[in-house]
Amino acid sequence: MNFEEHAAKPLLTAAGIAVPESRLARTPEEAAEAARDLGAVVVKAQVPAGKRGKAGGIKTAECAEEAKAAAEKILGLEIAGHTVEKVLVEERSDIAREFYAAILNDPATKGPLVMFSTEGGMDIEDVAEKTPGAIRQAKVDIRQGFGPEDAQAMLEGLDLGDARDGIADVLAKLYAAYRDNDAELLEINPLVVTASGGLVALDCKFVIDDSALKRHRELAATGTPDKLTELEARGEEAGIKYIELDGDVGVLANGAGLTMTTMDVIRHHGGRPANFCEIGGDAYTKARTALEMVLDKPGVRSLVVNFCGAFARCDVMMEGLLEAWDEVRPELPVFFSIAGTGDEEAIEMLKRKLGMDPLPDMDAACQAAAEAAKKAAAAEAAKGGA
Amino acid sequence: MHIVRRQHRVLVQGITGKQGTFWTERMLDYGTNVVGGVNPKKAGTTHCGVPVHGSAVEAAADLRDWGGIDATVLFIPPLAVKAAVLDAVEAGAKTIVALTEHVPVHDVMVFLAAAREAGTTVIGPNTAGTVTVGECFLGFMPAFNGRIFKQGAVGVISRSGSLATLMCQNITSAGFGINAFLGIGGDPIIGTTTLDALEALDNDQGTEAVVIVGEIGGTMEEEAAEYAATMDKPVIAFIAGGAAPVGRKMGHAGAIVVGDRGTYESKQKALQAAGVTVLATPSDVGGALKERLGS
Repeated sequence: MNFEEHAAKPLLTAAGIAVPESRLARTPEEAAEAARDLGAVVVKAQVPAGKRGKAGGIKTAECAEEAKAAAEKILGLEIAGHTVEKVLVEERSDIAREFYAAILNDPATKGPLVMFSTEGGMDIEDVAEKTPGAIRQAKVDIRQGFGPEDAQAMLEGLDLGDARDGIADVLAKLYAAYRDNDAELLEINPLVVTASGGLVALDCKFVIDDSALKRHRELAATGTPDKLTELEARGEEAGIKYIELDGDVGVLANGAGLTMTTMDVIRHHGGRPANFCEIGGDAYTKARTALEMVLDKPGVRSLVVNFCGAFARCDVMMEGLLEAWDEVRPELPVFFSIAGTGDEEAIEMLKRKLGMDPLPDMDAACQAAAEAAKKAAAAEAAKGGA
Repeated sequence: MHIVRRQHRVLVQGITGKQGTFWTERMLDYGTNVVGGVNPKKAGTTHCGVPVHGSAVEAAADLRDWGGIDATVLFIPPLAVKAAVLDAVEAGAKTIVALTEHVPVHDVMVFLAAAREAGTTVIGPNTAGTVTVGECFLGFMPAFNGRIFKQGAVGVISRSGSLATLMCQNITSAGFGINAFLGIGGDPIIGTTTLDALEALDNDQGTEAVVIVGEIGGTMEEEAAEYAATMDKPVIAFIAGGAAPVGRKMGHAGAIVVGDRGTYESKQKALQAAGVTVLATPSDVGGALKERLGS
């Protein structure tokens, strides 16, 4: 789960890292009010995405009137698919130098990775490409932790002036905040040295590990949940992994890998998958909701049901699905592929209840569904033209 | 990593739960050498015909005169997995299979660091486990279904249980058989990578060809490709998620394309450059094996 800047910065404050004074504003008037208290400010769009400046989401203001005008321009902007509903009005800092600091979970070393760059305010990927010498990395043994001495060792050889000890202190505190909050990523960009010599975090990005949300309930409430479509929100509520796509061939399968592959194979045969919908594990008991959701997507013209029983048995999944069938009564063309544990029983149930046979394999089922969707689309077009 | 064999002594952590009980019975039926279980509240009792211990460390001590324990398999809820794996590492297990999905990544990094130091292999988390066909299995794969797992010479590596089951059935129905299945898990940070599993199967005498079932996300397939280029045994791969949208987690926490990292195209390109046959669909695996092995 991502956090907007205003929700991420309190983690830094709690860890003892300085941030500028700021107020959250939802209207231009609130922004003006905040600027009246704070003086010269920066007005920043609050969305869980990077590159806000390039999108016109960050503006400076000298006084309340300018802050109001800036907020008027920024509120309502679309940035990376998010509509800006609030701005952070933040006291302006006198910037002498800008740095970059981050801690992240690194799959390559299977541990935390501390990153620091003397080129703050830029994308770290760009810095890595253009001036790799500006970047320092430290691999951390998570059982040992990362203290100011480790940070000092990491920073050796970089020209940091008087800021060295302060930066080492910030990195150690940032690491503590990363650990305390089960962060996937905790980033300060830029970390600035002010004209008076202080170190201040001007922006903060925080992504929490979704698997750890259970032990951070209060914090999770301040995060920004993924932007979901109506159907996706319904899926989340019902505990079903559903992702809406732009095609017309519905997908109902068990297990993440098999469900993804069903989408791939539909596309391989010239079709366009309409969704990802996984009903493996214990989710087969939710077959009815899953079936309804897949069919409720507007424009779905055919359906692939792809079961491969391993942990979840095909016959158990089929029982749930057939019960749902009675209530939902799908009318579009449906193509089954059934393999794995419990397949023979499931095929028997399908014959008995719906008088249908599965196709020989998932390719046949996906191909048939792709063709049925195309046929239906052509028929609709002909009807529309007549 | 080691491939778990029939003589290896296996401990089931979380043996008394519903899933632990169900799958311990299946594992015992199949031939897995389950020598005990763990549940601190039921220590001293017997479950599924084997003794229950208070911890893996206690089990290793109790069983010392009979050969101790070689491997453990965990049927443990997400927030308790860290303690259970650390217990198994301390008990001296050589292989730990962590099946659980949704284990916090910081916990995973802690127990992987401890395991690495002790020289212990962790498989998972978020995996369906491993099958050594005709010998034993650890986890919840349908090893006992002869139409899915027939003994043969193909090694299979997978990030997904359901898709691997389909792949194994396709291999078996094409007239080939499976030697070992290594489910490595769908999380972004896991103990045994595609590369580790590929090396193990390359070094395994019973394996003549390897099928990799990969997914979008991360760079494990790219890293394995470099090694595959050096192998004499043929390698075949299928990568799931080519039709998935960028920036969305596709069921597995690790199956996500971020920017231009972890894409289908990157994996396909790396594998093909290494001489790996990349399948368009899982149904093509039989044909590819015939071509690469001769039928």
